[in-house]
Amino acid sequence: MGNTSSMLTQYDIEEVQQHCKNAFTQQEIVSLYQRFCQLDRNNCGFIPSDEFLSIPEFAVNPLSQSMLRLLDGFNFKEFIAFLSAFSPRATLQHKIEFIFKVYDTDCNGKVSFDDMLTVLRDLTGQYMSEQQRKEVLAQVLEEAGYTKDSFLVLSDFMKILGNSDLKMEAEVPVD
Amino acid sequence: MNSTGTLKSSSSELDLDRPNIEDYLPSGAAIQQEPRGKFRLALVLTIGWIIFLSAFIPVHLLLKGHDKLRRNIERSLVEMMCGFFVASWTGVVKYHGPRPSRRPKQVFVANHTSMIDFIILEQMTAFAVIMQKHPGWVGLLQSTILESVGCIWFNRTEAKDREIVARKLRDHVQGTDNNPLLIFPEGTCVNNHYTVMFKKGAFELGCTVCPIAIKYNKIFVDAFWNSRNVFKYWPSLWRVLGSAMTLYGGQSFTTHLLQLMTSWAVVCDVWYLEPQNLKPGETPIEFAERVRDIISTRAGLKMVPWDGYLKYSRPSPKHRERKQQNFAESVLRRLEEK
Repeated sequence: MGNTSSMLTQYDIEEVQQHCKNAFTQQEIVSLYQRFCQLDRNNCGFIPSDEFLSIPEFAVNPLSQSMLRLLDGFNFKEFIAFLSAFSPRATLQHKIEFIFKVYDTDCNGKVSFDDMLTVLRDLTGQYMSEQQRKEVLAQVLEEAGYTKDSFLVLSDFMKILGNSDLKMEAEVPVD
Repeated sequence: MNSTGTLKSSSSELDLDRPNIEDYLPSGAAIQQEPRGKFRLALVLTIGWIIFLSAFIPVHLLLKGHDKLRRNIERSLVEMMCGFFVASWTGVVKYHGPRPSRRPKQVFVANHTSMIDFIILEQMTAFAVIMQKHPGWVGLLQSTILESVGCIWFNRTEAKDREIVARKLRDHVQGTDNNPLLIFPEGTCVNNHYTVMFKKGAFELGCTVCPIAIKYNKIFVDAFWNSRNVFKYWPSLWRVLGSAMTLYGGQSFTTHLLQLMTSWAVVCDVWYLEPQNLKPGETPIEFAERVRDIISTRAGLKMVPWDGYLKYSRPSPKHRERKQQNFAESVLRRLEEK
């Protein structure tokens, strides 16, 4: 409240901007820094992953655990890089890359049937049986021209999602 | 209108949409925050308190028998005291719209940013408010002075409390001699950019709802007090230690008030909007949303679909489960269509 961005120099802001490939304007980076400082309660420049879970809107998201898996705690640069996929200025490629990483639960660069099953489990919780999930996935893969044993890579994701109207944006309030 | 100095905007002035700040700040002196400025503010407050208490206490004790007269005097005193408070923060408040009138079967709702909302509104009209009972010196103020304007207390942590409070609210609006009731349906302080979901309690009382929109201009100070920073760890311990201490770098209300008093100015607009009634076939929740829309549009706030209480506790799993349920159902529906 009332804190200024005097702790970030122009040089810092530019460096961060380059790191996130210009996904955010300088004003937005300043606003995000204020938010980062609020989350960083111990003032150590580092937010542990479960601090994110104290943000209510994030905690109610069924995919929160999968997203947190992507990074083991954040410093400010990583924080910005993580959020850059949600900037309205981010390219579609960037967003799809992010989604791919969320789906790739075993982090081997490929999305298998089991990976997708894990994400679907997060998304549906107790409201679908395991059998139903497997059925749905098998059907969906078939429709898209793949089989149960296919491994999807990034280019597959691009192909599937490339033409869709992907709206994955967060607005950064700028004072 | 009250006549405590030039701090309130009178309707005879230019009908500007934003307050013209130079007209209100005393020439020259208050532009810099020198120690002299702070001393002057403290002086204003102290004088205010002396006058207020020296009038309030005798009136309260001596006129015990003459309820109506006592209430009228106490009401004016509270209004005056709030005026002093607002002056101590160099408050520049512009009121728009017709001043609330005292009628039964009406309730006022406003968006909530800070405890000072209440004081800013109270300066114009002595409302009765429904508030959370606070510990410390604020609680003392609540039980003595605010009691005289007919405030209703609730305790967020008590489960059964809601029914008791609902009954008290209903009784209050029915009474003819009570002060107009002011409710903040968001249930908690919200930063002045958004409005969160309104609680439906105020809209189920079967009376006219008069919306009030409050918008602070952050140009000089941010009036938003994030009480969550204080209540974060061990709320019961916090209550025991009292409001004067700050725990874990959080901000107590006292510190927040001091910060407000030593900042340049609290600038805000207050709009009294057209009274609304429940439309035929409208549920109280729809009514609440409609009024929230009116307030948000007027004050330029964004409406968000979250519950204000998410600020205080981890959301219960049912929020997440509801999302999972929606997704699962839509997927299964599509599967069935095949």
